[in-house]
Formats: sequence, C-alpha cells, structure tokens
Amino acid sequence: MLGFLQRPVVVTADINLNVVALTAVGLLSRLWQLSYPRAVVFDEVYYGQYISFYMKRIFFLDGSGPPFGHMLLALGGYLGGFDGNFLWNRIGAEYSTNVPVWSLRLLPALAGALSVPMAYQIMWELGFSHCAAVGAALLILIENSLITQSRLMLLESVLIFFNLLAVLSYLKFSNSQKHRPFSPSWWFWLMLTGVACSCAVGTKYVGVFTYLLVLGVAAAHAWHLIGDQTLSNVHVLCHLLARAVALLVIPVLVYLLFFYVHLLLLCRSGPHDQIMSSAFQASLEGGLARITQGQPLEVAYGSQVTLKNVFGQPVPCWLHSHQSTYPMIYENGRGSSHQQQVTCYPFKDVNNWWIVKDPGRHQLVVNNPPRPVRHGDIVQLVHGMTTRLLNTHDVAAPLSPHSQEVSCYIDYNVSMPAQNLWRLDIVNRESDTDVWKTILSEVRFVHVNTSAILKLSGAPLPDWGFRQLEVVGEKLSRGYHGSTVWNVEEHRYGRSQEQKERELELRSPAQMDASRNLSFMARFSELQWRMLTVRSDDSEHKYSSTPLDWVTLDTSIAYWLHPRTSAQIHLLGNIVIWASASLATLVYALLFVWYLLRRRRRVCDLPEDCWLRWALAGALCAGGWAVNYVPFFLMEKTLFLYHYLPALAFQILLLPVVLEHVSGRLCRSQLQRSFFGALVVAWFASACHVSNTLRPLTYGDRSLSPSELKALRWKDSWDILIRKY
Amino acid sequence: MPPAVGGGLAGSELRPRRGRCGSQAARAVGPDVATEATARSPKRPAPSSRRFEAPGRWALLALVTLMSFATRFHRLDQPPHICWDETHFGKMGSYYINRTFFFDVHPPLGKMLIGLAGYLSGYDGTFLFQKPGDKYEHHSYLGMRGFCAFLGALLIPFAYLTVLELSQSLPAALLTAALLTFDTGCLTLSQYILLDPILMFFIMAAMLSMVKYNSCANRPFSAPWWIWLSLTGVNLAGALGVKFVGLFIILQVGWNTLSDLWHLFGDLNLSMVTVGKHLTARVLCLIVLPLALYTATYAVHFMVLNKSGPGDGFFSSAFQARLSGNNLHNASIPEHLAYGSVITVKSARMAVGYLHSHGHLYPEGIGARQQQVTTYLHKDYNNLWIIKKHNTNSDPLDPSLPVEFVRHGDIIRLEHKETSRNLHSHYHEAPLTRKHYQVTGYGINGTGDSNDFWRIEVVNRKFGNRIKVLRSRIRLIHLVTGCVLGSSGKVLPKWGWEQLEVTCTPYLKETLNSIWNVEDHINPKLPNISLDVLHPGFPEIMLEAHMVMIRGNSGLKPKDNEFTSKPWHWPINYQGLRFSGINDTDFRVYLLGNPVVWWLNLLSIALYLLSGSIFAVAVQRGARLPAEVEGLSQVLLQGGGQLLLGWMIHYFPFFLMGRILYFHHYFPAMLFSSMLTGLLWDTLLRLCAWSLASFSLAGHVHALGILSLLLGIAYSFYLFHPLAYGMVGPLAQDPRSPMAGLRWLESWDF
Repeated sequence: MLGFLQRPVVVTADINLNVVALTAVGLLSRLWQLSYPRAVVFDEVYYGQYISFYMKRIFFLDGSGPPFGHMLLALGGYLGGFDGNFLWNRIGAEYSTNVPVWSLRLLPALAGALSVPMAYQIMWELGFSHCAAVGAALLILIENSLITQSRLMLLESVLIFFNLLAVLSYLKFSNSQKHRPFSPSWWFWLMLTGVACSCAVGTKYVGVFTYLLVLGVAAAHAWHLIGDQTLSNVHVLCHLLARAVALLVIPVLVYLLFFYVHLLLLCRSGPHDQIMSSAFQASLEGGLARITQGQPLEVAYGSQVTLKNVFGQPVPCWLHSHQSTYPMIYENGRGSSHQQQVTCYPFKDVNNWWIVKDPGRHQLVVNNPPRPVRHGDIVQLVHGMTTRLLNTHDVAAPLSPHSQEVSCYIDYNVSMPAQNLWRLDIVNRESDTDVWKTILSEVRFVHVNTSAILKLSGAPLPDWGFRQLEVVGEKLSRGYHGSTVWNVEEHRYGRSQEQKERELELRSPAQMDASRNLSFMARFSELQWRMLTVRSDDSEHKYSSTPLDWVTLDTSIAYWLHPRTSAQIHLLGNIVIWASASLATLVYALLFVWYLLRRRRRVCDLPEDCWLRWALAGALCAGGWAVNYVPFFLMEKTLFLYHYLPALAFQILLLPVVLEHVSGRLCRSQLQRSFFGALVVAWFASACHVSNTLRPLTYGDRSLSPSELKALRWKDSWDILIRKY
Repeated sequence: MPPAVGGGLAGSELRPRRGRCGSQAARAVGPDVATEATARSPKRPAPSSRRFEAPGRWALLALVTLMSFATRFHRLDQPPHICWDETHFGKMGSYYINRTFFFDVHPPLGKMLIGLAGYLSGYDGTFLFQKPGDKYEHHSYLGMRGFCAFLGALLIPFAYLTVLELSQSLPAALLTAALLTFDTGCLTLSQYILLDPILMFFIMAAMLSMVKYNSCANRPFSAPWWIWLSLTGVNLAGALGVKFVGLFIILQVGWNTLSDLWHLFGDLNLSMVTVGKHLTARVLCLIVLPLALYTATYAVHFMVLNKSGPGDGFFSSAFQARLSGNNLHNASIPEHLAYGSVITVKSARMAVGYLHSHGHLYPEGIGARQQQVTTYLHKDYNNLWIIKKHNTNSDPLDPSLPVEFVRHGDIIRLEHKETSRNLHSHYHEAPLTRKHYQVTGYGINGTGDSNDFWRIEVVNRKFGNRIKVLRSRIRLIHLVTGCVLGSSGKVLPKWGWEQLEVTCTPYLKETLNSIWNVEDHINPKLPNISLDVLHPGFPEIMLEAHMVMIRGNSGLKPKDNEFTSKPWHWPINYQGLRFSGINDTDFRVYLLGNPVVWWLNLLSIALYLLSGSIFAVAVQRGARLPAEVEGLSQVLLQGGGQLLLGWMIHYFPFFLMGRILYFHHYFPAMLFSSMLTGLLWDTLLRLCAWSLASFSLAGHVHALGILSLLLGIAYSFYLFHPLAYGMVGPLAQDPRSPMAGLRWLESWDF
C-alpha cells in the first residue's frame, strides 16, 4: 500500500534537443519585434473589426470563414485587455495605445512558430531520418512568406498549424496502432486528430480539404484492417467504431461547439442584424428584440402588423404602400391600372403597417377574446395609413410584365372590380390548423381570384416609385422560394375604431414584453446558411491573382508601407524553396508512377516497407498540397497569394522526402552520394541566402534605398513599392 | 486462358461471359477455356436464362422494342403547337436548312441532325418557331419529332441489352425495360424536338458498346472486339457533339478503359508488345476517332452555315469575314486608321461585342448622370464612333486637309457618331464594378473637356507605327486618370438595356478585357483595300467557337428572386417542367417522372449501397460464400458498380455547376439509375429465393417478385400517362380534375 515509499519515484523524460532547438528558433523568428509595425497591416483591417465586435459582444456576420479563427484572434485581444475601441478603417493607420498589438498578434505567431517543430515530428513519424526531418523544419523556418503571414493578425498560420497537427496526430495514432491499439496514447492521438481537423475547418472552410484527406487515408487504413483476418470480427468492429466516433462524430460536435460559443459571446444586436430572419434578430439583445418584446404571439383579425420578406434580396424590406399611384403610362408605353402603389421598402416606416381584416366584417379592431387567423383562412390586408385594401388583378406589373401588378385598390368606378381576397398559406406549419404566429410563421398570400402569390421581385422601381422595390403577384409560382414568403415582424392588437386614432396608434411604438428564444440548432443552421450564402461583391483587387500565378510566384502582395521611409512588409516567397518544392512534386509524381507501373509488372525496386513509407509520405505531403491547391481553380471568389500557403507548407514537407529518396535509393555509389550531399548543402545555402536577402521585406524593419528595392524586384510582376522622392 | 493476376475482384474481370461473344470465344480458344467456362457455369447467376433459346431472346427483344416504339409514337402529333424548348431547337434546325449562321451554347451535332431530319421529311425551314404555343399549321413538324422519338425509343432496347450483358439475367433486363418504357418523364422528353433524346441515345449507345466490348475481353483484336470498341468511340463523339455534358460518359468510358488496361498491364503472361497494342487500339478508337468525328461535325457545321445570321456579333471580326452577307465578307476597307475615320470598336474578349453608346443617361445615383456607354453584341448604327484629334475640332474630312494617320501613342478623342458625345471617363465608380471608373458619353457636338482624351496604344508595337484595321490589338488609356478602357463582361440592369458594362480599369494588367480592335472603318479619303488576310484557319475558328460557347454557358446564371431547379430536387421528382399549356382550357403536357418508378429508383440506390457494402466487406474479410451467392455478388459489385458509377458521374457534377439548371438535366443519370434498379431487384430476389431454398415455394419467389414489380409499374403508368400524352380540363388543384388524386406532392403543378 505504501509501495511508493519503498521504491523511489522516478520520472524519466526523453527530451529531443532537436525539437527544443527548433521550437526556440521558431519562436525567435516569429516573435521577434512582434509589435512592429504599430499600424494596421493589410487584412488586419478586416479581422480587426471582428475582434472589436467580439470585445463588444456585438453580433456580426462574416461569410469568409467559420467563427473559430476569429475567436482565436479575439482571445488574443481578450488576454491583452483590448476594449474593442479602435476604428478599423484604413490599412496603415497607426494603432492607438489601447490596442494590445503584441498579444493580438501572439496566437498566429505561436501557431507559426510551432509549425516548425511539427514539421520535424511529421517527417520523423513518416519514418524518415532525423536529417530529413531537421531539413523540413528548417525549410519551414526560413520560408519568408510563412514568416510574414505568421507575424500578423491573420489566420493562415493558424490554419497551417491545425492542418499539420491533424496530420501529425494521425501519424502518431497509426504508428501506435501496430503495437498498442486502445492504449491511452492511441486514444489521445486519435481524438486529437478529430479535434485538430475540426479546428482547421473552424478556422477557414478550406481546412475541410485537409480533413477529407485525413479521412481518406484513415479509410484506406481501415479497409486494410477489415481485410486483416487475424483480428476477430468484434475487434474489427471496435476499431471501426472508435474511428467513426473520433473522426466523424467528434469533429461535428467540436464544430457545433464553436458556433455555440460564438453565439454565446455575441449576444447584442449589431450592424448585420438586417440580414438575419426576424426570429434570429429577436434573439439578440437590443435591436429588434427591444421592439418586439412582448408582442402578442398569435395574429388575430384586427391585428396591426408589418410584413417582412423572408428572402430579403437584394435588401431586407417590408411590404409598403403610400399615397402615390402607378403612372398611367410607363416609359415603354405600357399602361397601368393607376392604382395606389405597393412596394417593398427597406426602412422602418409608418407606411409599413397593415391591418389583418376579416372579409366578412367591417371593423378593424381585435375582438375580446382575439380571434386568431389560421392556415387556409381568407383575409384582407388593409393598409394602415390609407385604409385601402391590398389588391391584385390581371394587369402586368411595372417591371416584371409576366407577373401581375399589386396595388392598393382605389375605386375609380370603372369596370375594374376589387379583387382583394387572399388565402393565408403558412409554409412552415406543423398541422393544417396552425395559427399565424408573429415572427415564427412564414406565410404566403395566395390571391383567391387568380391564384397569384404575393412576391418580391427585387427590381427597384424608377423615380415615380421612389426607387423602392417592386412587389408583384406571381402567377406561375414554381414551388417554394423565399421571395414569396413573408413573416410578421412587428405586431400589436388594434384597438382604435377611428382612422385618426388609428394613425396615432400606428405612429406610437409597439411595446409589451416576452422573449422568444430560438433553439441553438435553429440559430446555428440559420447562421451557417447565411454565412455560406452571403455575397461579397468585390471581385477584383489590385493584388488579386490566379492559382496559376502562385506556383511560379508570379505575384506578390504589398502589406504595409512605412508612412515616411520606404520600409515595407511585402508578402513574398523564398523563390528557391518555391521552385524546388514544385520540382520535388514533379519528381515525386514521376517516380511514383514509374514505381507503380514496375510493381504491377512484378519488378520491385523498393522493398515493401520502403514503398509503403514512400506512398504514405506522398499521400500526405503531395496529397496535402493537391487538395489545398486544386480546389481554388473552381472557386469564383477573389484569390490572393496567401491562399496558397497551406498548400505550400505541405509541398515543403515533400522536399526532404524526395531528397532523401534520391540520395538513399538512386545514388548508387558513395561518390554519387557525397556529390549529391554537397549539392543539397549548396542548394540549402542559397535558400538561406535568398531568405536573408528578402528579410527586410519580410519583417519591414529596415528601409531600403530605391536602388536596393529595384535590385530586389527579380520578377516584373512583383509590385514592390518604391517611393519617388 | 492465363490465370488472372491480383486474385479476388481483379481476376474475375477476365472471366468468360455468356454473351454471344463469350460463347464464340469459348469455342474458338480451345478446350481448356471451354472447360473452365463450364466449370464456372454453376456460379452463373441466371440458371433460368439458360433455358431461353436464341429465338426466345430475340422475341423478347422484339417485344420490348415494339412496346417502346408504340409508347413513343403514340399521339406524337399532339399538341400541334410548339412545346417548350422546341422553339429553340426547331428554330436552329431551320437555320441549318436556311444555312444562316447562329450561335448556341451547345455543340452543333444535335441541331444538325434535327435539321437533317426536317430536311429529309420535307420541312422547308420557313416556320419561325417564335414562341411556345404557336401553331404549326401546315408546316411539317412530324419528321423532326419522329426522329427524336425514334432515337428516344431506341433507349429502351439499349438499356435492355446493357443490363442483359451485365447481369446475364433476362428478368433484370425486362424489369429495366419496363421501368424506362413506363416512365412518363422519359416518354415526354422523347416526343418533342429536343436535344435530350439525341444526347441520351448516344450516351446509352456508348454504354452498350462499352459493355459489349468488355465482354469480348477474352478475344482481343477479333472483329467484334474492334467493332464494339470503335462504336464506343463513335458514340462518345456523338454524345459530346450534342451537349457538353456528353463529357460525363467519356469520363465513364475513360475510367473503364483505364482499369481495363491496368488489369492487362498486371498480367505477366502478356508481353509488353501486346500491352502496347492494347493501348494503341484504345488510343486510336477512343481518343483519335472521336476527336476526328467531333471535329468533322464542326467542319460540316461551318460549311453548311455560310450565310450571315443572328449569331454574327458573338464572334470575332475575322470569323465574320467567312460569312456571306456579313459586311466583312469580301470587304474592302481602308487599311490604316486615319483621323476622321468612322469606326466600330470590338472587344478582343469573346462574346462581349462592340463599344456602344445611346441617348440614355446613367440613372440617378449611379455615377454621373451622363450618357451611357456599353458594349453591345449586335450590329447597330449606335456602335459607330469618329476618331478625332484631341486638340482641334476641325473636320478632318475636309478635302483641303491632307490625310493624317493615327499612330501608336497618339492622343485622340472618340466621338459617338449618332449623339456627338465624346468617350469620357472620370473618378466616379463604375455602375457594377465598383473599383473601376465610370465611362460615359460627354460634351455637346464634340466639345467636351480634358477627360475626353485617350491615348491609343497598340499591344506589342513600337511608338509611331500606324494602326491597322482588324489586325492591330489596341488599348485606350485615359489620359487624366491613367486607367484603361475595358469591358467587365457584366450585364447591366434594365436601365442599361441588359447590355454589358464598360469601365475604365485602374489595374493595368494586360487582359483581354481591355484589348480592342477596330472592325468597320469608313474613310472616303483613303483607298479601300481588299482584306483577304482575314481567313482564319479551321483550328482557329473551332477554338473560337468553343470559347464563345463556354462563355455563353457560364453566362446562363440564375437571377435572384427566380425559382430555379436545384439538383437535389431531381431524384425525388420534386417538381416537373411545363411543356405546354398553363390554364385549364389548354392542352397541357407536364414533364414529370413516373413517381413510382423514380421513388423505386431512389430506394434501389440506397438498397444497392447497403447490399453492395455488405458483400464488399464480406469479400474483404475473406468470407467463403456459396457458389451461387458468389456469382450474384459478382454481378452486384461489378455490373451494378458500373451502373452506379454512371449514375454518379451523370448526376453529382451538377452540384458544382454555377449555370442555371433544369429538371431535364437529370434524365441521363435517371437511365443509369433505372438500369441499376432492374439489376438490383433481380439479384436481391434471386438471393431471397436462394436463402429460402428449403421451402417448397422458394422457386416462385423470384418470378412472383418480378411479375408484381412489372405489373405495379405498368399500373402506375396507366395512372400517370396523361402527364405525357396531354390533358385538358381543370388543373389538379381542383378536386374535380381526374388528376386530383394523383397530385402526391404539393410542388407538382399540373
């Protein structure tokens, strides 16, 4: 029982000094003068805004990536005590003293620094020599573009970190598979793989490609496991289940967790509220919630409502009408009904109020008890300020001639009868007797006479319509589309009998209290959907480039220029490393195909274990490069050089693989081997030299003279900024 | 017969088949193969099929074909008006008959065949095909419809034979044939003048010939082997020649060929020379031959269409010079640009058109309220500009003045001929591309300001050179802001008449967007020179035609607030397409799959994935399967695998496409999915029968199952046939309609 008294307590630690040294130089290279420059550098202007939103806990919507990356940056701000008060409006603006630049940039820099020892570990786990592993780490260390990108408040280095972590932990896991399956370390690395994968996806969507690669390799290994007839069926099943849980279930849960924390943090309404549905907005503090708190839930005959279009493209807007009528004759000579205009208006306005009326009765107030409106009921909609009824008829709409015009009916006593009955169709109903609910119900209005559906066409009307958006009756409605669906946003029970009184009532803000919380999953799915579909319109940028430019480094990005001197930070790669990494990929592919063909003809150049190692290294490194690069050819968004960096990190890992293979397998004699070794040393020295030459542009710490800058412009397409004095 | 290398799945690829080719091979090669074939024959999944003698098989095939033709040609003349896309493809058929040049986003073969069918059946190309619903009246349209229906009817025997070859089971083939014969969607799509029946015909023909040549694998380089291999190539060319989605079947055949070659390559009994022969044969038949045929269709296309027509403006100046009736055809115009010339300026980017302006202003809120400048694809007098010196407003055409040529690097002014306004740019953002500057027409009677000055530069030339019409690639650089005149290729909203945006881009990267050439050139003071240099070679016009088609395809983007069909709608038969008629008095045809067939297909894919993975895992675990089950699992994994691959290749790429999509894009995939259904149910029922072998009724399980499926499908066709053959009367929403009970999904609007 007291055994520990009889034997000494011994802790044995293996410390690989290589790893320690690499970590140290990694930290040194990434953290050195981290808070310089004290100014907004390139995309910091963009991420910074979101950090401020986190600090102030204001809701925002960003289509560029999931929240985990932003939250990591915000964590840096939180640790540094940032209060979020900084106007992120211009690249090069000097940071005020309340911005903790060092801690904001710390996490990306740490991620970049730790990638260096991780490269070492990956090579080692792949079964290559320490020499190759150190080589890989050093190449990552001196790659200028990786240094630049890690030292700023940007997410690429974080993404690369998690990509490498996922690969590394998978390798650790699969190496311990042979000896000690189901041991604690086996479990640890397996779980870590899943978590790292979802962190990568959570940082940027492109992380999903690395995740798929790891899944693919895991699936191939699992398939071999199934074929292993020394294992019992139960054993195989356990293995498969463990993998499924760790690589499929855990990543999904962790990804949801990111959103959970994100929504927990961002609880206040903010500038991007309008894009979200009314229900979502009502779940935020302030904003719409302040208005809609305590509205009656069930819409009844006599209710006063504003109707918001669910689709909200091109802008979110509310059904609206006003005194003006459609012009008799349009510009193109077509005629109209000359009735009162009905539009969709993107601002809150008293003219957005409508009253739900029972066609059989005259009064516009709510009975006591209120009589709720149900799915399938026939209603009339009365415009609050003008008391005219929403109407549509067989007249072509002003801008969409295939659809019907929608108007508020004015009785001109001509042969144009009112057609103002609408059938209420609750789209998201649970049963056919559902009641129309404020905010929650998505409804369509089906015109009784013509079966047309009230729809936002999205076209802005000309001057006569005050550039508000056109609303039409869609005759050929084809299935569900958000533009035909509306929801009640503001709502109250009408009390006033007289028009004057009613106008006063409409102008007074609605108030009462209650909160309607959406479930987390509903909020998550809405937010995720909006994030994926929100569009950014800038399709061109001075420094944008195409994927083909990246491999040859035919492009660069000016990140920052000192306000007075010509010290500048410029995203530029180490051209020696880029060129040789591309070459290595080519050599690898050719050798791989050659070996594969020869193996098929039963000529085995490589022993089996060597071949497996070679294939696995290729699958992870060359495969990692391919999956992180090729998809960009299909993307339509604006692309920049830094999008290539995750692919580059994998490509660099391939370099030592190929070099070691060439020296170990293809050099036949000792002489050849020594000669090749000398070549590698010379090549590495030149890479170091290039790295050092480009250092002033990487760190931006030294101002170069115009002639020096001109000398650095090795390619015409590099836009190095040269001040004209 | 050499032992197959690789064992397991790989080896069985080479097993002798029971097709015609296979049995001949057994006789030809020698006794050892024959004995092997008989030794394996107990594994054959189709014990019953052996009882069918050749005449029986032929009779069944004849019956299937007859049914298929009967259903497709029944009421082919109804409705006697234009339905849906007939308005396009019928019109394009007429263009071939009239030999006028037009532009379409699809390759020409399908429309050429339609044109040919029309020509042979006595259609004279005079019908206008203006809009759906127009009556054909006395025009002969049945020839074109009949041609499409003929090809559409052939799909069914093809599917029948493919499944028969893959499964060696008549019931499976019969089930497939029934699924397709009684599918209202396939039926509807086959009855009109459309590209789809032609496309599907080539796809199925390619699939059938590929399967056939696979089963000749044990007798390589024999006559049937060569025939099927080259037929595969011919049909691939056909599929690609009708629509670019024909690429999918090429991928499938390519994949099949690669794995085939991989097995041959791994067979150490074959010498490298033999493997090389195999490779060469495939390169010849599957790459060279289709490419040659595909190119030939374009050669015919360009040869037939030699008159100027509505498609001219989409193409470059050089291209247009080929077309008789075009103003560039045999044109003689002054060669060098001079001051005072009236010119049209065309963008070097394909399908962007001419620099254009008109007497409408940019609307308020969009830059300065000055005259719009756009690019326009059609020839129009508003495309004319006068080239003037920047500093004088004197008329350079004054006969007293000497002719002065425009040179590279000159500062010029471009005056719009109709409105006398100058091409102008300034620091206002462009209407759509916010980072560019707005380009407007400015000034009165040619008098503007310094923002009207442009430097004209020829790409890759020295300063001081003259500028050649048509051949010089020029850039116009705005003097004050330093930006370059370019077209963004984006379509302006209604206020800009949906013409394309013109901007001045501050990014001086050299792209085709900012390069222009002068096309028309009128200057009475200069001698006209015949421009016979403009004879582009065939490869050039072929390349150009492809570039224009690709741009056209990617330009077909869905608009906001428009109902569009999504790929996930299709397999669940979520919504159909109205072919004809809307109101209850109209003759209505509605393209919708027979829901029984489609939902059965959907279920079958899930069942297939389940059963397929069970078998695959069992094989990988090294389980010993009884001989019969082993045979069935081979059919399921290999035959079914090919069909599943076909379905995936013809379906999943649509998820990545940005262009506007329609329901009918799913039909090629649907063919594969129906074949899979036939094969799967037959195999599953056989497995059932096998596992119940101890019971006395076991033998009937299979027969009963197939029979009930056949009857169920036929009955569902009886219910839904009005969708395809047309219905009149109240809409299905109306409870009085006979179709009211059949509106199983609310999204069906027939």
